[in-house]
Amino acid sequence: MATFKIKRYNPEKQAEPYYEEFQYDIPPGSTVLDCMNEIKWNLDGSLTFRMSCRSAICGSCAVKVNGHATLACQKQAHTMLKNDTIVLEPLGNMKPLKDLAVDFTPFWDKVNKVTPYLQPQSAPPEKERKQSPAEFRLIDDTSTCIMCGSCYSDCNVLEVDDNFLGPAALAKAQRFVSDSRDSKTLERVKQLSEYGGIWDCTHCAECVERCPKPAEPFYRIKEIMAVALEEGVTDNVGARHAISFVNSVKHSGSLNENKLPVESMGFFNIKGLLELVPVGLRMLLKRKVPPIIHKSIENVQDVRRIFRKLNQ
Amino acid sequence: MKFALFTGCVAKGATRELMISTKKAAEGLGIDFVEMKSAACCGAGVVSEKSPLLADALNARTVAIAEAQGLDLVTICSTCQGNLKKSECNIDSDPEYKEQINHILSEGGHQYLGGKSRIKHFANILATDEGMALLKEKIKRPLKGLKVAAFYGCYVLRPSGLSDFDDPDDPHGMEDIFAALGAEPVYYPSRVKCCGFPIIMMNKTASQDMSGNALLDAIESGADCVVTGCPLCHLSLDSYQPEIEKLKKKGHSIPILHLSQIVALALGYSPKELDMDKHIVSTLKIEEILAKA
Repeated sequence: MATFKIKRYNPEKQAEPYYEEFQYDIPPGSTVLDCMNEIKWNLDGSLTFRMSCRSAICGSCAVKVNGHATLACQKQAHTMLKNDTIVLEPLGNMKPLKDLAVDFTPFWDKVNKVTPYLQPQSAPPEKERKQSPAEFRLIDDTSTCIMCGSCYSDCNVLEVDDNFLGPAALAKAQRFVSDSRDSKTLERVKQLSEYGGIWDCTHCAECVERCPKPAEPFYRIKEIMAVALEEGVTDNVGARHAISFVNSVKHSGSLNENKLPVESMGFFNIKGLLELVPVGLRMLLKRKVPPIIHKSIENVQDVRRIFRKLNQ
Repeated sequence: MKFALFTGCVAKGATRELMISTKKAAEGLGIDFVEMKSAACCGAGVVSEKSPLLADALNARTVAIAEAQGLDLVTICSTCQGNLKKSECNIDSDPEYKEQINHILSEGGHQYLGGKSRIKHFANILATDEGMALLKEKIKRPLKGLKVAAFYGCYVLRPSGLSDFDDPDDPHGMEDIFAALGAEPVYYPSRVKCCGFPIIMMNKTASQDMSGNALLDAIESGADCVVTGCPLCHLSLDSYQPEIEKLKKKGHSIPILHLSQIVALALGYSPKELDMDKHIVSTLKIEEILAKA
C-alpha cells in the first residue's frame, strides 16, 4: 500500500493549505496521473487538479512530485515512490488556486510578451512558406514544448525575481528568433536582451531537468544569446560579459578575472563599476584578488589557432 | 590513483586556496594529480553563448590531451565538470560533428578519440568504495562535532543526462564524504539549488537573493559550515556574503569551505596551510568546534 501525501488548499473553506494522506494500492502500470484520478474518483471527489490527454501531449497535468515539477501522466507511479510515499504539491512560482491547480496567468502573460507568432516580411504566398530540413532543425526542439509550466515552476531565478520572462517564454521566443521565415530577428533579440530577458538566466539547468520534452529551454536561451551577439546587440552587461570572456580565452587560453567584471559592466557604466568596489576591496584586503599579471596557458598558440580557424 | 588535473581558471585566480588545498588533499591521500598546463578554459557555458562549436573544440582539445596521457580527467569545479561533459556529449552523439572537431584539432597535433578518458569531479573519485576506503585509511583528524552542509553546484548534478555522479534531486555523494571524514552531514533543500553567480553582474539582487536563501536554509538546518564543489559557488557564498547579509537583513555569517579544504583538514593539514584565513567569512568557528571535540 502506498501513501499519497497531497497538499490541499481551498481558500473558500480554509485560509492555509495543509497536507492530507491517502492510502492507495498502486496497480501495475499506473502513472502518477492514473493514481490521482483513482483517488479523486474513489476516495475524495473534491481533489482538484488539471488533466486531459493522459499521453504527455496536452501539458495539463504538471504538478510537483516529491518536490519537483513533473508531468504526472508521463511517470510510472512505482518509480516515484520514496519510503512507500509520493508527495504531490502544486507547481511552484505560481499562485495556487485550489489543491493542485495553479493560476497560469503570469506564465501566459510572459509567453505573450515575446510576440509568439510569425512576423514574415512579405504577404502570404499562394501555398505554404517553405523551409529546408536544416532550417527546420533550428526550431525543431523548441517546437515540442507543450506549455506544461514545469520549467517555470522550478526556475531558480523566478523564485526570487518575478520580472524574469522565464524558461518557457524564452524557449517560445527562440522558436521565432531562429525561424527562417521571420523578419523581426533583430527587434526580437533587442527586446530579449533587456532586463528580465536572456541574460538574466542563471544557467542552473533546472529547466532542462524538468522539461518533459526535447524543448529544454536553457539550451534555447543560449541559442538566442548567440543570435543576439551575431546581430550586434551588445550594449548590455550580459553581452559584454560574453564578449570579454571569449576575448580573454582567445588571448591567454584562460579567464582574466580582473578584466572580466570591468569590461562586463562597461567603462562608462559608473553605477555598475561602483557596485564592484565593495567586493573588490574585501578581496584585496584578504589578498584574494587574482594575480595582476595574467599568465597564458602553455601552448596558447594552439588555442589562438583554433579561434582563427573558426573566425572568432 | 593517477589523474590528469584540469584546474579551471578560478582555482588559479580568485580562489587560489582551492588549488593549494587540492594539492594538499592529493598529497595526503597519495593521489597523483598531473596538472594539465596546456588545457584551455572550459568556457564556463559562456564561450558557447557566442559559439558552441568553439567551446566544444576547446574542450575536445582538453580531453584529447588527457587521452594522450592515458589518464582520466579530474575537475575541481562543478562548472568545468558540466561544461566538459556537455561538449563530450555533443561530440560523442554525432560522428560527423566529431570529424569536424578533429579536423579543427588536427593541425595542433591533437585528436579527440572519445570514451578513453573519463571526466570526473574530485567528489566523484572520493564518493566511490575505493575513495571512501582511502579516506578512512588516511584520516588523521576526524572532524567530530562539525555539522557540514553540502552545496553541490548545479553542473555536477544537472542536466542529469550529463552527470553520472548522483541523483540530481537527492544526491548523497558529498554527504557520504563528510561522514567518512567524521563530520555530521546536514541535509537541507537548497543544497541542490543555484548560487546565482552567473548573473551576479546582470541581476545582482536576484543573484544574491538566491545565495542568501541557500545560506539561510543551511543555517536554519543547523550547519556550522557550507562546503562546495564549485569555486564559483564559493565566490558567491563567501566573497559576497556581507552584501547578502544586508540584502536578507539577517546577520548570521557562516563559513564556506571548498571540498578539498575539508578533506585536507581531516587529513591533518592546518587551516593556515589550506589558506582558510584568505576567506572573506572567518573560518575560526570551525577550528573552535574541532578543538572542543
